[in-house]
Amino acid sequence: MSTDIDRQWTSRLRRSVVAKLPPDKLLPDTQPAYVASWIYVFGVTTMAALGVVIATGCILALDGPQWWHSSSLGHFVNSLHLWSVEIFFFAMVIHLWGKFAMAAWRGGRSLTWVTGAITFMVSILTAFTGYVSQTNFDSQWIATQAKDGINSTGGGAFFNVLNLGQMLMWHIVLLPIGAVLLTVLHVVMVRVKGVVPPIVETVELSA
Amino acid sequence: MRKKAYRPDVDVPEWKGRYVPYDIIKEGTIALVVVAILTVALAVVFSSPDEKAITIKTWSNADPIDFAKTAVSELDGTSGVAHYGAPYNHGGPAQGLGFLSPEKWVGVRIAINTATDFVLNPLEAQPTQPALHAALTQWASASSTTQSSWTSAYASADAKMTFTGDHVNVPTHAAGPVPVLINDLTMMARSGALDQALVTQNGFYTTNYTKPLLFLSDGTYLAGLANKQHLGGDQWGMMNETGSWPGQAWLWLYTFWYQVSPYNSSKSGDFMVFGTMMVLTALLVAVPFIPGLRSVPRRIKIYRLIWREHYRESED
Repeated sequence: MSTDIDRQWTSRLRRSVVAKLPPDKLLPDTQPAYVASWIYVFGVTTMAALGVVIATGCILALDGPQWWHSSSLGHFVNSLHLWSVEIFFFAMVIHLWGKFAMAAWRGGRSLTWVTGAITFMVSILTAFTGYVSQTNFDSQWIATQAKDGINSTGGGAFFNVLNLGQMLMWHIVLLPIGAVLLTVLHVVMVRVKGVVPPIVETVELSA
Repeated sequence: MRKKAYRPDVDVPEWKGRYVPYDIIKEGTIALVVVAILTVALAVVFSSPDEKAITIKTWSNADPIDFAKTAVSELDGTSGVAHYGAPYNHGGPAQGLGFLSPEKWVGVRIAINTATDFVLNPLEAQPTQPALHAALTQWASASSTTQSSWTSAYASADAKMTFTGDHVNVPTHAAGPVPVLINDLTMMARSGALDQALVTQNGFYTTNYTKPLLFLSDGTYLAGLANKQHLGGDQWGMMNETGSWPGQAWLWLYTFWYQVSPYNSSKSGDFMVFGTMMVLTALLVAVPFIPGLRSVPRRIKIYRLIWREHYRESED
């Protein structure tokens, strides 16, 4: 017979989380032997680069959006931010196509693929808002060009790339929150389902 | 009970093979350290671009004639922005395909009147100057037909425009107050006052640069500088960066469409590119659910390279 404590929302949530993602799945100490390729490095590299992107972005945010133009330290931090973004996308694209080649959506992992693909799109939008928030010639040109594409969709009326304040807020608050939440969701799904096994070629099996 | 057929692009058998030691925390830590070191190394060696922003002051001092001609087009409503359409005004046709035209559906939400916002309001904010005040009064009291005849007379003579002695000279006597308005706006721009006037129309505190950026984009100066930096739309500029730094290379497919027909020749090219990319994006996201597409990995067999040790062991 269930007690009052068993029926608590907290208790139910804990049981559900532990059932779906027990500690040995969340932080495994073994993995299937087929996980033996350099391609697997690019998932964790993407996450590591995301961490560096966020850390360098936070340092850039300390003194406002323009200090890096007049400070050699600020310019260096901007360089760190730029190159971590380049590494992030490089690793992410290889990770994406690697997972495509593995048909990594098999075995009930469709949503893992979907969240990964959406994270890629959100990341592109986050980077774009960063480019138009640089407050330099590059941002002027990109904003004046990009407005035509976005305006053609009707979206420019609400997402005005010429409005620095709006773009900066999207870049440093809204989109990073989205990208990080999606990344967490994606990684949790990977941990819940495990790494997709190799494609079966020769054995007729039943599912 | 009938067994469900095994679908190789959807199902996986339960793994019954061996497991090997795996330290996920160590892996993550090593990745973070390696990426941090690589980032620092790249930043130290290659730095990053920071081409200074141009201002209307920069533009009007570097090319006063281009500025003055652009100002006339803003005043007479023939500029790119004046003819843009939504979301700025009703000046031009909306992009779309068939009945699909979200730009038109949304309508004008960031209202821009180029004559008022870019020329007349900034001039009216100037300290009292008798000649300018008289010119503004003459402009405001004239009919739209008369205004058009003045700007037409000015525009038809502006091929012979010169800038000498801090003055914009146009050989016409039929342009009413337009020569004074354009000359004073050019002087205002060259002093830097127009940059301030365009942003402070939004109030004391502002982070919205819509008006000065639109004004800049109507001239040829900004585009000329961008083309020198290989940033033009027909130069794959969307994925380029000033100087020789890498830009948004991940936008290569988006910018690719702008290089080919019919995208680069259609008046609705932007909308067509966006639509194409949305379809491709939807396909990417939905790969697991699309028969045929989800079989591609099994057909191209790159997975054999990735799992070569597994297949070698299986074959042994």
